[in-house]
Amino acid sequence: MRFSNRDQLKHLRLVALSSAAVLGLAACGGGSSESPGSTDGGDPGNEQLSGTVTILGTWSGAEQDAFLEMVAPWEEETGVTVEYTGSRDLPQQIAAGITSGNLPDVASLPGPGFIADWADQGALKSLDFVDAANYQDATPAGFAELGEVDGELYGVFIKAAVKGLNYYNTSVWDGTEPATWDELTAALEAQSSAADAAWCIGFESGAASGWPGTDWIEDILLRQAGPEVYDQLFSGELSWTDQAVKDAFATFGEVLDNTHGGSTYVVNTNFGKAGNPLFADSPGCLLHHQASFITDFFANEAGATPDQYDFFPFPAIDTSLPAAVTGGGDLLGMFNDTPEARSLIQYLLSPEAQSIWAERGGFISANKNVSVDVYPDEATRQAAQILQDAEVFRFDGSDLLPASVNDAFMAGMVQFSQDQSQLDSILSNLDQVTADSAN
Amino acid sequence: MEDLLNNRLLLGVIVVVIVPLIICGYVIVVERVLGRLTSATATRIRPWLWVLPAVAFVSVFLIYPAIATIVRSFFSRDGETATFDNYTWLFGRSENLIAIRNNIIWALLLPLLVIGIGLAVAVMADRVRYEVAVRSVIFMPMAISSVAAGVIWRLMYDIDPKAGTLNAVRGALDQEPAAYLSTEPWNNLSLIIVAVWMMTGLAVVVIASGLKGIPQELLEAGRIDGAGEVRIFRHIILPLLSPTIAVVTTTVLIFALKTFDIVYVMTNGNFGTEVIANQMYKQLFAYTQHGRSAAVATLLFLITIPVMAVQVRRFRAQEETR
Repeated sequence: MRFSNRDQLKHLRLVALSSAAVLGLAACGGGSSESPGSTDGGDPGNEQLSGTVTILGTWSGAEQDAFLEMVAPWEEETGVTVEYTGSRDLPQQIAAGITSGNLPDVASLPGPGFIADWADQGALKSLDFVDAANYQDATPAGFAELGEVDGELYGVFIKAAVKGLNYYNTSVWDGTEPATWDELTAALEAQSSAADAAWCIGFESGAASGWPGTDWIEDILLRQAGPEVYDQLFSGELSWTDQAVKDAFATFGEVLDNTHGGSTYVVNTNFGKAGNPLFADSPGCLLHHQASFITDFFANEAGATPDQYDFFPFPAIDTSLPAAVTGGGDLLGMFNDTPEARSLIQYLLSPEAQSIWAERGGFISANKNVSVDVYPDEATRQAAQILQDAEVFRFDGSDLLPASVNDAFMAGMVQFSQDQSQLDSILSNLDQVTADSAN
Repeated sequence: MEDLLNNRLLLGVIVVVIVPLIICGYVIVVERVLGRLTSATATRIRPWLWVLPAVAFVSVFLIYPAIATIVRSFFSRDGETATFDNYTWLFGRSENLIAIRNNIIWALLLPLLVIGIGLAVAVMADRVRYEVAVRSVIFMPMAISSVAAGVIWRLMYDIDPKAGTLNAVRGALDQEPAAYLSTEPWNNLSLIIVAVWMMTGLAVVVIASGLKGIPQELLEAGRIDGAGEVRIFRHIILPLLSPTIAVVTTTVLIFALKTFDIVYVMTNGNFGTEVIANQMYKQLFAYTQHGRSAAVATLLFLITIPVMAVQVRRFRAQEETR
């Protein structure tokens, strides 16, 4: 108890200091020292920064350590302290913070859908001090717009993830990298004796259970029906009961029929542990479909070393469509417009800052100016290369949906994996929730 | 106001020092004023003035929010009049009906299991010397928060025999792992068992104290008259324990109706395990559907009223016999 009181006092003193600093700056006509459009991060210039920046992020454990290491040089240079809090309930916490007025200076943003809401409410501050053109050039195609509301920038990506990668155990899979779905099916057929089943899939993820399934549908739909249909579905223009969506589910249904442990394993296994049977003495599956971050789990959950696994990108399904990649990323926004918060965001956008995390691993930079050479292992380097070379890039579609539709999509995947004959009712329910989300 | 809320030290001082000071001041002022009146009038008014601060607090923090919630349930998300739209939604969506069904299952099974097991343990432990040890062990889960209990039991039920205790046992008996959380309809029972694990301790402690209140002479008189232990239990102990059992039942029943944490942590309503309170939480915090959430809250409130009414009536009857 005594310790927390002391922390409390320290905190109060820091808050007092930082607010004094802000007031002081405001008095000297604050902001004048900020040259508009400067993107060189970490340079305090002639501005006197002090106090603290509070950050609410989604990273915990090793990711939190990496983030703190990333901000350390900035703290050293500016003398500002970063107070980081990790949370798994970020949207709820921010929603509550908006009501109570108790918000962090800088926070991770859960997805493009939330940005518009929070910007409209005036809680999320415009990032007009970031050079939008520069930022857009440095990020993969299609990223920058996702942080914009009415053409103004509110959220920026500092971290990216490539989705739809098929991981395999290098000592089980023969190394074939199929370019098309038919080749993939043939390769799975040919090697079927090497493992118990073709795929390992795990849906369990607490309140977000089912999301790995939504990734599957997105990957299939984008390559089977094309980017236009994909955009229509996730912007709410296309009905979920459309034949294209049904076909995507049907393709995924075939995958589900050939998974390790069947639907019981799928719905009861945490996504982080789902790939473990790849590395079992008697392999449970040949392939595991997941985003690039999964390598962290291979190391921690399955005890696999980087030489034990590799991946190939999701193969084309309709070969007449352009080669496409799905991905995601971590957005950052500002809730309290302070010079310290501005300076920190500028810094985090810089290739120098992002290289620090990239070197530690488990991180793909959202900044193309970060050289692929900094990545510690071949797999991450390859994933980063895929992102930089993508012909068509699409952001994780479910993150673009309204929260209630996204939840129903995830729950629908859980239901579908248990009983595929429910498809029609699952899809019409999704239509209903979509129509309803506007109310 | 915002600064005040952020300044926790000042807030603490206000709560701990200033609020009691104001209340003391109020009492002093009231007594001064009453002192100037005739003693008959003062005696008549005093109780009302004394109870006023409590009534004010309850009105501001309980009655006002309850009424505001009911009113809110007739408005849409944007605050426009929606009359019964939120209720049509509430009773028109299959997931809500599943939630209501599950709450009924919870409300039936949880009290039954908790009272049944609690009674058995209390009566049997009453006859052994290590009663305190038994009670302590059974009571321990009460000290764990529902969220922690949910996490613990998710591991207990884990499908992977290397992580899941129950499936490890099944494995040792050469049986296939069972999917305790995803097999309908048994998964609802799996969740209820977690609540049973948490609540039985309360039942045991309360019932055990009720047992101590039963005069030994009565039991001995029964034995002398030739009644067996089962008969003594049915015709002497059980009737005398009924007020105690009723108190435990209402407490457990209300717990069952408002159950949230266990479901949220363990399944989040997947596999047909949705409950009303989880739906309320989702609508409010995840979808910002304040009107719908208020409608769900109102439903929950209406369901709880009869339980509370029974509780209050029994409380009054008890007061009268005293």
